Amino acid sequence: MLQEHAKIVQFISMANEVTGRKKLQKMIYIAKKMNFPFAEKYELHMYGPYSEELTLRIEELREMGFLSEQCTDKGSYVQYSYQVTEEGEGFLETADAPPEMLSSCIARMNVKSSRFLELVSTLLYFDHLEKDEQIAKVLIVKNKLNFTAEEVTSAFEFISEMQANSVQ
Amino acid sequence: MEYKDEKLVEEKVFKDPVHRYIHVRDKVIWDVIGTSEFQRLRRIKQLGTTYLVFHGAEHSRFHHSLGVYEIVRRIIDDGFSGRPEWNSDERLVTMCAALLHDLGHGPFSHAFENVFDLDHEQFTQAILLGDTEVNAVLRRVAPDFPQKVADIIGKTYPDKLVVSLISSQIDADRMDYLQRDAYFTGVSYGHFDMERILRVMRPTEEQAVIKYSGMHAVEDYIMSRYQMYWQVYFHPVSRSAEVILTKILHRAKQLHENGYIFKQEPVHFRSFFDKTFKLEDYIALDESILLTYFQMWMKEDDPILADLCYRFINRRLFQYAEFDPAKEYRKIGELEQLFKDAGIDPAYYLVTDSSSDLPYDFYGPGEENERLPIYLQMPNGELSELSRSSDVVDAISGKRRTDHKIYFPEDVLEAGKEQNPLYGRILHMLKG
Repeated sequence: MLQEHAKIVQFISMANEVTGRKKLQKMIYIAKKMNFPFAEKYELHMYGPYSEELTLRIEELREMGFLSEQCTDKGSYVQYSYQVTEEGEGFLETADAPPEMLSSCIARMNVKSSRFLELVSTLLYFDHLEKDEQIAKVLIVKNKLNFTAEEVTSAFEFISEMQANSVQ
Repeated sequence: MEYKDEKLVEEKVFKDPVHRYIHVRDKVIWDVIGTSEFQRLRRIKQLGTTYLVFHGAEHSRFHHSLGVYEIVRRIIDDGFSGRPEWNSDERLVTMCAALLHDLGHGPFSHAFENVFDLDHEQFTQAILLGDTEVNAVLRRVAPDFPQKVADIIGKTYPDKLVVSLISSQIDADRMDYLQRDAYFTGVSYGHFDMERILRVMRPTEEQAVIKYSGMHAVEDYIMSRYQMYWQVYFHPVSRSAEVILTKILHRAKQLHENGYIFKQEPVHFRSFFDKTFKLEDYIALDESILLTYFQMWMKEDDPILADLCYRFINRRLFQYAEFDPAKEYRKIGELEQLFKDAGIDPAYYLVTDSSSDLPYDFYGPGEENERLPIYLQMPNGELSELSRSSDVVDAISGKRRTDHKIYFPEDVLEAGKEQNPLYGRILHMLKG
């Protein structure tokens, strides 16, 4: 019952705070690709893998009072950050324990920029392709972001590091 | 003449209750329709379990796919053709993508994907790119043609205008399903002036936009969508049927994992239970096969599987009660315990379900711009996001409505409450 909601609250609780809706989307996607059991379905949107179901779940959790959303005006855009409320911590008492290693997976991602996680998640979205094709595809669908070769290399290193610490 | 340019000697038409006629002149389109993978869509209902509430809703994904194709054909041939922003080389690939956008849907998609952790979008890609009849037809156009069709459907195609015709907040997919689902369910919502929208749709580099003079037709479309979601798609009784369907599949999977010997061997499901399925296993499934198993499983020795199948086949659905998770999440734990104490397995007989819809959304520039807004082309040629001009749309923009329900077998609890006081307590907690 409400276990999928609980997993999201647990995720944000373990991160302490996640800054940026896009960042949260990508973090859950990457965790899912590392075989952590998240049920949200993703499709490729303009900022990489995006889950309408996750957006919906976050909005529901906010309405339920389990998550707080802080809005900061950044001039050209608005940034949202998420934390678990006291009620949310109470709700978590009804949840199953999180999988081992999820905490370190979250910590690794949470220190990265949203742009970097966008690159990582989009590469993972095309991970069924050969590496060259995977990169070519990302550069086509993300042509406006002008990712450099160094960024792509770092993204692959990050993916390897994450995979070494993923659910097998 | 190259295959991609071949035309049928005489135009073929499909009589259609929504668009009157579906017109096919291109040989490629005709050949794609004739493939076994496309014909399979005749055996997958567009609205899943909704026919148990709106008895007319027996239409299939085959109908809908033809409808989306027809709308896109009209947008291109009657609206975009000859305009400088439209690349006529994209005509055939766009029409193929429209026709094939739902190709990977399985039987009772939502429940089936949920239980077996599948994604119909991935099956669409696999059928387009695999060793299939559809792939063979598309490859005759060009070796990279199947991939192009797959990229449009997967939203990774470089021409964003083409993608927007199939997937955006005002696309051919939605324009067809709203009208078609309204027609077959018999509801009076869901109607809007599509002719007008098609006449005022204009191509731009990034997406299709609507001439300002067509704003009222778009308002009507957005409101139709809003009504259809709450009146049809989220109908609680239809959701109840979906809940039972999901639980049947869960139970069958669980029994298989426990080594249960089925009287009716689940041959078609075994590879999905074991996660060893191949594309042909998926293509071989349709709703008739699932319903046949449900009929057979009514006679199984496992009482839960037999009961759930009986309920689905004979429409003995679960009752529902409103549920506020913010205030009542602890109540769920109590109810689960009471169900266990009363000898009813809550994993199958106590189910929460949420429905939620956002009729229209837009975001300003920045990090969260994931939903492509609808743009109006103003008289001076500039683009303006819809809700800036429309008070009606502005009133519902970004406003999500969510509804939570809890489903349970009221019939069992009512019938047994005299013998088992726990049943009465459960009913009191659920219904007050």
